[in-house]
Amino acid sequence: MSKDVLVKVNNLVKNFSVTNSQGSKKSVVQAVSDVSFEIYRGETLSLVGESGCGKSTLGRLLINLIRPTSGSVVFDGTDLVGLKSNAMRELRKKIQIIFQDPYASLNPRMNVCQIISEPLKTHKIYKTKKENENRVKELMEKVGIRREFINRYPHQFSGGQRQRIGIARALALNPELIVCDEPVSALDVSIQSQILNLIHDLQEEFNLTYLFISHDLSVVRYISDRVCVMFLGKICEIGNTEDIYERPLHPYTKFLIEAVPKPDPKLRKEDKKILTGEIPSPVNPPSGCRFRTRCPYAKDICSESEPEMKNYKGRFAACHFVLES
Amino acid sequence: MSECTETVTEIEEYDIESEIAENDNIFYKIKNMIRTNKVAAISGLLIIFIIIVAIFAPVFAPHDPYAIDLLSRLKGPSAEHLLGTDELGRDVLSRIIYGSRVSLFVGLVPTLLSMIIGTVLGLISGYFGGKIDFVIMRLADVVLAFPSLLLAMVIMYTLGASTFNLFIALTIINWAGTARVVRSQAMSLKEKEFIEAAKSIGVKDSVIMFKHLLPNCLPSLIVLFTTNIPGAILSEANLSFLGVGAQPPEASWGLMVNNGKKFLFTNPIVALAPGIAILIIVLTFNFLGDGLRDAIDPYMKE
Repeated sequence: MSKDVLVKVNNLVKNFSVTNSQGSKKSVVQAVSDVSFEIYRGETLSLVGESGCGKSTLGRLLINLIRPTSGSVVFDGTDLVGLKSNAMRELRKKIQIIFQDPYASLNPRMNVCQIISEPLKTHKIYKTKKENENRVKELMEKVGIRREFINRYPHQFSGGQRQRIGIARALALNPELIVCDEPVSALDVSIQSQILNLIHDLQEEFNLTYLFISHDLSVVRYISDRVCVMFLGKICEIGNTEDIYERPLHPYTKFLIEAVPKPDPKLRKEDKKILTGEIPSPVNPPSGCRFRTRCPYAKDICSESEPEMKNYKGRFAACHFVLES
Repeated sequence: MSECTETVTEIEEYDIESEIAENDNIFYKIKNMIRTNKVAAISGLLIIFIIIVAIFAPVFAPHDPYAIDLLSRLKGPSAEHLLGTDELGRDVLSRIIYGSRVSLFVGLVPTLLSMIIGTVLGLISGYFGGKIDFVIMRLADVVLAFPSLLLAMVIMYTLGASTFNLFIALTIINWAGTARVVRSQAMSLKEKEFIEAAKSIGVKDSVIMFKHLLPNCLPSLIVLFTTNIPGAILSEANLSFLGVGAQPPEASWGLMVNNGKKFLFTNPIVALAPGIAILIIVLTFNFLGDGLRDAIDPYMKE
């Protein structure tokens, strides 16, 4: 397996300092702690995990919207961390993002033309207005919005169409990597599949690489080549989609997958194991393995030492008691 | 896939949505306000009338406002002098009409200036945060901590009384309020995803501030503008009354009240007429501002 690595994330850490309501005590929240993984060119890597586990923070770190506390993000040979602003601006052409909430991600006072052409104007791709407009129309057709709507404002569109506009904006500069931050979770189920298909088709057409952030496991199974499971700022397991879903190694992955509702009542297990307990506070994470407080397999060693990421036949998992397949 | 996208564009209907969209339009809101809020509509008409009178003052004024006629001093209302004459025999009505120029000018120009300065500083403060925010906001605190009239008087005394200095003084006392409003809006707007989107594209900070943040602050700025004007007009009247604003023989309402106060018991109309003029202009702007606020900014409604 010698795939072309597009993004390499090394020991990435992001701490947020939080002041309490009195503003006196400062505490540190480890949103992302010591995360390393690779994204191969042309693949879709999904990032799953429950709310507050640091998925979105990781996505924003990847496109350098927020600066990491330590670690590095190497995109196509260039380390994004500490890059000068001019060089970063140049690199932004290659990395784009699609946001979760299509109602908040488009400026309500700009029309479709202004929104989609903003990246083109910012990077001065075209000299004339005409060329700009033609490109915008071309993009609109690519994502399935009629070109007559070019002068409409976001509030005149439905959620699905707004998301299409957001995708068109992300495509405008012919990027290589697109971070999809829960792009369908705010949409109706019927629209979700349309947008997912669109995202999938665009990948084939433009040879895009996706980092697909989601908490919807059925969506993830449908779209991704590989899956990365996160818990409380750390990666539990990375592997090919089928392996993860069929033979999870990490107990957390197993619980996540069992929690997916099954459409056929006959397939539902009566004694389905549901994960209990609250997600531990990221301000004060448990010692050793972060999942141990909720893990039924936890032993003494789990609280004493933090499990390392180990290779199991091409898959990676961080657990002392990896589940037998 | 192309099938899929085609059906989407065909299925979606826009009738209901475009109606909602129209409700969102600022002109529609103003139209709606005129229909439902009669007080604001009448105030708006009155303001337009006052502006026309001020622009065409020579046409409307029956006499020269500076023509001194010592033989007919302090006359009561008559057919020739509808509001009588002052202590130098000048026609009070003509002076009020010419005085509206000063009031409107002083109402509009310093308000506009202070709002431009306040908006720029507020945007910088709210968008960047941190140390710049701290410095700008402490400066605003200093301005807001003093009673505004007192501060304006101190500025006028140090700079000397003239219309230009009056503008400077009124700008200095008014920018802080705008800066605070714009800052709070910028702070909540910059967390929105469309700002993140602009950043991820690589849009420069200055462009984000003026192309993304400012247009979204505009409705509140319009409201703030109409509510700031009466304050500026009142400040001018106050300063002129106290003798540090407009200087005689200029026809300013504050100055006229000041001159007329000596004859308050013998010939009250000389002081009352400009006083009532101030009252009317301030009230109309206030009513219009309130109406606009209710119409445009539903969040500020009580």
